[in-house]
Amino acid sequence: KKLNISHSQITRLYSRFHSLDKGENGALSREDFQRIPELAINPLGDRIINAFFPEGEDQVNFRGFMRTLAHFRPVEDNEKNKDLTSGEPLNSRTNKLHFAFQLYDLDRDDKISRDELLQVLRMMVGVNISDEQLGSIADRTIQEADTNGDMCISFSEFTKVLEKVDVEQKMSIRFLH
Amino acid sequence: METGHTEFPSGNILASAPDISLKAYLHIFNGTEWQHNISVHFTFVSLFSLFFAVPESCMLILLGLVLGAVVLIASKKQPYQLDPGLFFLFLLPTIVGDAGYFMPARLFFDNLGAILLYAVVGTLWNAFCTGFCLYGVKMAGVIVNAGLMDFLLFGALISAVDPVAVLAVFEEVHVNETLFIIVFGESLVNDAVTVVLYKVYISFVEVGPGNVHTADYFKGIASFLIVSIGGTLVGLIFAVILAFVTRFTKKVRIIEPLFVFLLVYLAYLTAELFSLSAILSMTFCGIGCKKYVEANISQKSRTTVKYTMKTLASIAETIIFIFLGISAVDKSKWAWDTGLVVSTLIFILVFRAMGVVGQTWFLNWFRLVPLDKIDQVVMSYGGLRGAVAFALVVLLDKEQVKAKDYFVATTIVVVFFTVMFQGLTIKPLVKWLKVPRSTNRKPTINEEIHERAFDHILTAVEDIAGLNGYHHWRDKWEQFDKNYLSKLLLRKSVYHKSELWEAYQKINIRDAISVIDQGGNVLTSARLSLPSMASRTSFPEVTNVTNYLRENGSGVCLDLQVIDTVPGAKIEEELETHHVLAGNLYKPRRRYQSHYSRHFMTVGEKERQDREVFQRNMRNRLESFKSTRYKRHKKDRSQKKRKGSDAKEQDTNDKPRRNVSWQDKAVVPVAPEEDKHDPSEPDKDDDVGITFVARKAPETPKERPKSAALDVCQSPVAAPPSPTCGEKNLPWKSGVGSLPPCVSVEATKIIPIDLQQAWNQSISSLESLASPPAPPEPQHPRVSALSRLGGPLRTPAKGKSSGSGGAGSGSNTGSPSSGQFKFPTGKEEEEEGALSQQQQEMQPLMSSLRPPPPPPPPPAAQSAGKRRNPCVYLRSLVTVPPSGAEPQSRRPTQL
Repeated sequence: KKLNISHSQITRLYSRFHSLDKGENGALSREDFQRIPELAINPLGDRIINAFFPEGEDQVNFRGFMRTLAHFRPVEDNEKNKDLTSGEPLNSRTNKLHFAFQLYDLDRDDKISRDELLQVLRMMVGVNISDEQLGSIADRTIQEADTNGDMCISFSEFTKVLEKVDVEQKMSIRFLH
Repeated sequence: METGHTEFPSGNILASAPDISLKAYLHIFNGTEWQHNISVHFTFVSLFSLFFAVPESCMLILLGLVLGAVVLIASKKQPYQLDPGLFFLFLLPTIVGDAGYFMPARLFFDNLGAILLYAVVGTLWNAFCTGFCLYGVKMAGVIVNAGLMDFLLFGALISAVDPVAVLAVFEEVHVNETLFIIVFGESLVNDAVTVVLYKVYISFVEVGPGNVHTADYFKGIASFLIVSIGGTLVGLIFAVILAFVTRFTKKVRIIEPLFVFLLVYLAYLTAELFSLSAILSMTFCGIGCKKYVEANISQKSRTTVKYTMKTLASIAETIIFIFLGISAVDKSKWAWDTGLVVSTLIFILVFRAMGVVGQTWFLNWFRLVPLDKIDQVVMSYGGLRGAVAFALVVLLDKEQVKAKDYFVATTIVVVFFTVMFQGLTIKPLVKWLKVPRSTNRKPTINEEIHERAFDHILTAVEDIAGLNGYHHWRDKWEQFDKNYLSKLLLRKSVYHKSELWEAYQKINIRDAISVIDQGGNVLTSARLSLPSMASRTSFPEVTNVTNYLRENGSGVCLDLQVIDTVPGAKIEEELETHHVLAGNLYKPRRRYQSHYSRHFMTVGEKERQDREVFQRNMRNRLESFKSTRYKRHKKDRSQKKRKGSDAKEQDTNDKPRRNVSWQDKAVVPVAPEEDKHDPSEPDKDDDVGITFVARKAPETPKERPKSAALDVCQSPVAAPPSPTCGEKNLPWKSGVGSLPPCVSVEATKIIPIDLQQAWNQSISSLESLASPPAPPEPQHPRVSALSRLGGPLRTPAKGKSSGSGGAGSGSNTGSPSSGQFKFPTGKEEEEEGALSQQQQEMQPLMSSLRPPPPPPPPPAAQSAGKRRNPCVYLRSLVTVPPSGAEPQSRRPTQL
């Protein structure tokens, strides 16, 4: 496949895919994902599940499953140079960031509004923190990132804010190669 | 050389200069008595001023050299040397103890594979190659004559990277933390290899090479396993003991630091006693105990431990390097052999580089972040040898190792070369190679938030992909730690205390300091509303910050002041936000074992988090589930309503039964109670409803979302500290008929906890006081009153939620719990008029529960709670504000 995932890894993930697929119809539904116990205690679990599904669909086949997972393949040295020629691979820095950005951006207008940020913050934070406090954090976050004054974080602003972060490392899982 | 040093720019010239000279003075005055000559001091000081820009370790060695030279000239002989006994008994443990205790555990275990590989395979490789090659060179006749075993022995002691030297040099270089932990971890862990090789070779040398059998080699391998694993185990055992001891030092805070030092040191001594790896033992003792000890001991003890350890370690380091210098001057102890020196230097450099490259190549197959060429260069170059090698070589027996003097000289040269030349040049090298440095930059809010999101994403994706690698086992360990270890080793108060509370307190103190520092003008009203204040309001006895500080002593304050140097207002604010985030964000599952923070822990918190998140997710799912599939049921709302009332009924039936379980008797009174209630609710005869409800009532958390989920998601403000509180609120907010079941279920959950005890007490006292002769009679009305409690207490609630549901939603964020308190007490009084007199006389507790019903109930409930247990007290504290507003909302419904 074009995703650069090794054969053994694909086999492994395929068996995982099958074990998740309780309906045995070759595609995963949201319920299949929700059955994973660890995801139930993950604050962002539902958002991440949603990221697996293309807009408007509630089934994902193995190809789509792999496409999403491919975001998390580590970047290899020899790929860094190749980027320019063969288009952007799924595991590029930009795509990794975009994946994270989409989790915030519910309405898919390529902007994180204050409300969207607040929702995610509320998910990630315990109930012990008041809305007021959370609001001030959100305000501060947006102010810090916002360069064009529209009180939203666009994707370019998002990228800029995180430019000092080692995204390639922090958004990678060591798939077997 | 001198001009060479001064060329290197050093970031902290000003800071290091006084430091160094001060330390030098310390030694001159403390350690030795041969400093009667004042002029010598001036020499050093002026010398120091020349060497400002040089790393401290080099400075100290040079100082030692000069001192040694002076003494040698003055007294014609050199009476002082780095004594191995002193070194291994006192100097080394202080450094290793510090290193182990403050080792960033997360980082260490993340890189454990690499560390072990370099430490074991790398050291063995170095030792054997150096030994054999030296022997080869000897065969060529270039260097001093010695046996193969002698060279292997020398190779073993010269090949180990030295923790003291690595720490001294790398702390000034500030390479990135991964690189640092790998080199440093290797230097600590390779002690086991060095110890074993050294001892095995010594014994081989003793019996003579001819008498060594094959079995002895296997014994050597076996002893390696014993030494390393045994050392680790000894360390861990002492870690457990230490953590357990500190659990009980609440009354004797002052000896907490003593325990820490003592037991960590004991771990070292014990391992040494059994000829196990003492360094390993101490390191693992430090790593293992830290989490629990830090959580158990007081803030002041923490500070004491920290600074004492650091101070001791740097004193020991200073002594070691100075004495290395002094020892080098003593010409009687060593013999020079250029060939040996040069070939040793070449071999250790070459083999170190080869070993690192080879092992890294192997490691990179498995690492997420491969170590690139630059890292390898720094790692090879950072393989410094130091005082351990020197002490070991001095320990050799001259009778058995004939070439000892040559080895001593070579070791000194090697140590000096690595510490001085490599130590000096590594900084420019790192700069030149553009090795990523560790930065002190505090992450911005954005990074903070987004990186946590990344962590959550990664965890989730790993779970989805079903990868159980490192994180899987780490999770298992966390589970074990949570369930057994922490329970055993942590104080109860700490175990149950939330991390959050600690964070709040910290911020609170910080706030206070800034207020005091800046004359109290800083806190604008805007900042007053910030997180810190929340903790202050819920802080019972402390009315204001100053009081709080006064009560807790000024030591904390001083310490923090030292740490935060004069924060500007903006930085201050940033810090605050940082702390709020750090304290409150959910931890990704795999990140629970965070490294490095000084206090935290509280596994209870984690559990609670999981539950919270779980419930929230479930709520959302159910909501979406409902919205997609249950829209058609909207029409049935009226029916639902009826079901709701059924649910109530079901509950009222349920409640008396509960009461029965408190009182073992009283089966009879229940029946009339039910009779009483049944007529009051006429429209609950559907059979269907009952079955539906019976399923419904137990699943409160899942039921809730049906009507209240929207509220929860969109206005999370209302979500109060504890999940139970949240559950309490929700039903009230949405006045849909189907909800009362939740309310009642909550009520059964909450009231009994608070009132049960009181009731039981009052009843038992009643029995003993009023009715010894006729037991059944007084009990009868009593119990019926009790069981009625369950009923009526819900009836008004129900009436309100269905009747004035919509109106009540605004003001009603309040706590049903306090509301419920009121009802029981009120009813009780009415129905037990006859009994109440006796009770009031005999039962202070009950009397506190029973002031005139309408206005005082909240305080009553509160005081009752206070008396019983702190948990309840806390909860009542939390719910106090709502309960103040509560009478208003309740009034109309009652009228």
